[in-house]
Amino acid sequence: MAAPAAAGAFEGIDAEREVFWGFTRPQLLAFGLMLVFIAVAPFFLYPVFLMKVLCFALFACAFNLLIGYVGLLSFGHAAYFGMGGYLAGHSAKVWGFTPEVSIIIGGLAGMLLGWLIGMLAIRRQGIYFAMITLAMAQMVYFFCVQAPFTNGEDGIQAIPRGAFLGSVSMARDFNLYWLVAGIFVISFLFIHRVIHSPFGQVMKAIRENEPRAISLGYRVDDYKLIAFVISAGLSGVAGGTKSIVFGIATLTDVFWTMSGEVVLMSLVGGLGTLFGPVAGAAIIITMQNYLAEFGAWVTVIQGVIFVLCVLAFRRGVVGEIGRLLKVRL
Amino acid sequence: MDRRSLIIGGSALAGFSARAQAAPIRIGVLTDMSGPYRDPTGPGSVICTEQAVLEFGNRGLAVEVIRADHQNRPDVGANIARQWYDQGVDAIVDVPTSSVALAVNSIAREKNKVFLNSGAATSDLTGAQCSPNTVHFTYDTYMLARGTGAALTRAGGDSWYFITADYAFGHALQRDTSRFVEAGGGRVLGAARYPFPSTTDFSSFIVQAQASRAKVLGLANAGTDTANCIKQAREFGLTRNMKIAGLLLSFMEVHSLGLETCQGLVLSEPFYWNANDRTRAFTQRVRPRMPANAPPAQVQAGCYGVTLHYLKAVAELGAAAARADGRAVVAKMKAMPTDDDAFGPGRIREDGRKLHPCYLWEVKAPAQSTGAWDYYNLLATTPAEEAFRPLAEGNCPLVRS
Amino acid sequence: MDLFGIPAPLLFGQVLLGLINGAFYALLSLGLAVIFGMLNVINFTHGAQFMMGAFVAWMLLEWLGIGYWGALLLAPLIVGATGIIMERLMIARLYKLDHLYGLLLTFGLGLIIEGLFRNEFGSSGLPYRIPVELQGAWDLDFMFMPVYRGWVVLVAFVMCLATWLVIEKTKIGSYLRAATENPALVQAFGINVPRMMTLTYGAGVALAAFAGVLAAPIYSVNPQMGSNLIIIVFAVVVIGGMGSILGSVLTGFGLGIIEGLTKVFYPEASSTVIFVVMALVLLARPAALLGRS
Repeated sequence: MAAPAAAGAFEGIDAEREVFWGFTRPQLLAFGLMLVFIAVAPFFLYPVFLMKVLCFALFACAFNLLIGYVGLLSFGHAAYFGMGGYLAGHSAKVWGFTPEVSIIIGGLAGMLLGWLIGMLAIRRQGIYFAMITLAMAQMVYFFCVQAPFTNGEDGIQAIPRGAFLGSVSMARDFNLYWLVAGIFVISFLFIHRVIHSPFGQVMKAIRENEPRAISLGYRVDDYKLIAFVISAGLSGVAGGTKSIVFGIATLTDVFWTMSGEVVLMSLVGGLGTLFGPVAGAAIIITMQNYLAEFGAWVTVIQGVIFVLCVLAFRRGVVGEIGRLLKVRL
Repeated sequence: MDRRSLIIGGSALAGFSARAQAAPIRIGVLTDMSGPYRDPTGPGSVICTEQAVLEFGNRGLAVEVIRADHQNRPDVGANIARQWYDQGVDAIVDVPTSSVALAVNSIAREKNKVFLNSGAATSDLTGAQCSPNTVHFTYDTYMLARGTGAALTRAGGDSWYFITADYAFGHALQRDTSRFVEAGGGRVLGAARYPFPSTTDFSSFIVQAQASRAKVLGLANAGTDTANCIKQAREFGLTRNMKIAGLLLSFMEVHSLGLETCQGLVLSEPFYWNANDRTRAFTQRVRPRMPANAPPAQVQAGCYGVTLHYLKAVAELGAAAARADGRAVVAKMKAMPTDDDAFGPGRIREDGRKLHPCYLWEVKAPAQSTGAWDYYNLLATTPAEEAFRPLAEGNCPLVRS
Repeated sequence: MDLFGIPAPLLFGQVLLGLINGAFYALLSLGLAVIFGMLNVINFTHGAQFMMGAFVAWMLLEWLGIGYWGALLLAPLIVGATGIIMERLMIARLYKLDHLYGLLLTFGLGLIIEGLFRNEFGSSGLPYRIPVELQGAWDLDFMFMPVYRGWVVLVAFVMCLATWLVIEKTKIGSYLRAATENPALVQAFGINVPRMMTLTYGAGVALAAFAGVLAAPIYSVNPQMGSNLIIIVFAVVVIGGMGSILGSVLTGFGLGIIEGLTKVFYPEASSTVIFVVMALVLLARPAALLGRS
């Protein structure tokens, strides 16, 4: 999908110049604001809620790497997210690993799964790609329903939070929050770095014009697969972190509605923008929590937001703000 | 209460201030308002909980009931439960869906609050994962398996075939039921495990069940799947020579399928509105406020029973003491005998299991039904002390042998 | 006689049941394929529209006393009309954009429809009976074959054939096919292409609703009945070659049979087998069975 932010229009404007580590000046400002918010928020807002937002923000950023920068819409990202959660949970609970090791294992699980599915999926593009990823994710779901280690419907329960590096207890929400925040910021910077590397430039070239990228001698499939694996791996990290935070890993995280939700988050925030997925995740998670008393209307309201975004705000919240301020965020 | 937990990023807590002292007892009904279990739990559970508060009367306690939808998602449920407990909710009621219930179970324990479960099926709540802060009130998989398996085998249904949802819950139901069938001298002739939740057509399994020549078809599944199985079993004429036993089938599903389709079906439920004078009296009191004026289903009645008993225990202890220590309230609940119109007299065992008789019902034919919602005939009763898993078998760490 | 340890007649019966299931897959994937082939939109609302078909049949019976046969005609028209409204108001605005926006839009619409129905009718489903004319069963000696199932196969087969004929052999069909290749040129010949697109979408939706009415007497009529089926139907369409009508229909019936056999030999895998077939087909023939690349 072509990124809606018409980046070309701003070329030559000072706001376009990368001033530090691939950030433009407005991006740097936005990043600074985000860091300040992450640092200050736990003193005012409920930390568990904030951790949930951060997990989903990371998930959405990982998803956005594919759609926003390679132009591939995956409708099966729940598979990597959920599998990461299961493996991290299993590592922490059964194998007794520390939280950071468990989360890394979750990420590796996502990468491995992403590699397997990616090899098949990248053979097709556009809608075909979306449907293949969806179907493969369903297969993963069936596997999770039946595999003994996931405990079927009950899920993996009471996953211990453990102690960071084996020494700092994570039992207090406040302690765990800093670990989650750290994982998020590092992953966010990693994604940013990938996008701004020569590798990222080729990815964008593939998005804009795949035949030309091929004719220039790039092995397009390799690039796509690597991007897919990175995205899946980071989704696994997000899922693993979430299962450590909540102490549970269950089937909802592997179900296809979760794949739809991450699409919604990225869409609401702004596809192909750096900060869009973060904003989108914050909006959707907040909504889910506040709408909990409205019962069945939750799905309806989510659907309405989907429709409105597609029809009227294709740039998403961050994209629209960027357009108003004439900057790329 | 520390500063961080006061102001929140969400949940059904609008207009909720954190006054810790002299605050009312807060009961949060966490249930499925938007998913597949909405009808047998959902809004009806909230109304039955409120009914208990209403009937309990003032007795020096101010009680407030709030509600939220867990959307059948453990993370949403866990998030709401944490926030509720952190912000002064004293007890969480209902919580259908095992994965959400187990998540709330460990949070209640961690925060030393009270968890009154009515809606979940998993017997782990009073087994390996039992907690001094939890009461499991209405039913569990073991009770269903025993109530249906043993009683039906005794009544002559001595050869079984299972259609089983291929996940932990289905396996547990099939395994437990098979044990009682075999203990009663019956035989299990076979089972078909189908992938959950993507199966809508069960005709293949029904034909296989017919070919097995078993006398009873056990449906080890729930919700829509059970409804589909029953509908298609009737279509394929299976009911001419086999009896269908729905292992987890609720009153609401019978209602939605209609008597024409369900007649002759056998199922276990500890509560049926038309069982006796007390249940009828309870139903009459609560029904005007129920959705579509339906009589309460078992899980909803369970919310009523458990809330009533909880309030009695709180009144005994005094509100301040009850709010400070959830464990003490649950201990008090276990120490006092229970009695309510929906379930009659009973008690709560030390592992948190509520004991009451379990009834085996047969669905009436349309001609036998004397009015709207008149659906069941009583086939057998399993006494309270036998209906549930023996204390020693549950491996609950709270029970010292 | 035994085949693979299973009495041959029983096995034959299972193939027959698979074929019946395949009829539903074929009918649903047919609608999807028509919409995709002509409009280039993946209709994620298809499952919800299938469900609407079943619910409208129930409403017609319950509120207006119109029975199964009337519903078989009216429900597709009513649901098709809602589809036309949706197309005019929303989907038509997206044709110039990337196809993926169509998918996202219809996904959102599906959520809305499912949520509204759940709010109104609850979750546990509604009763709907087999019409008197189609009750009963043939005793095939080795198994019991309900008349209604035979009717489903027959009707699905006729519908698929008719749709294929309309698109491949009639003038309207040729306009349609031409319009997908080059809408501007077809418009220049004085044919109202946007209206044709609208009607095509309506027809595809009507097919889904038709399948919904067929399903109402045998499957539980509840708001989530479509979403469980739709993912499998997507796989069918992918295997058949997106937009290829013949491919979808053949794959639908074929997969029904494969699934039916799996249900006998290894029931646990009966859903997974469809996705395995999909993976194999895509590995061997990236353009799917009968697809355009």
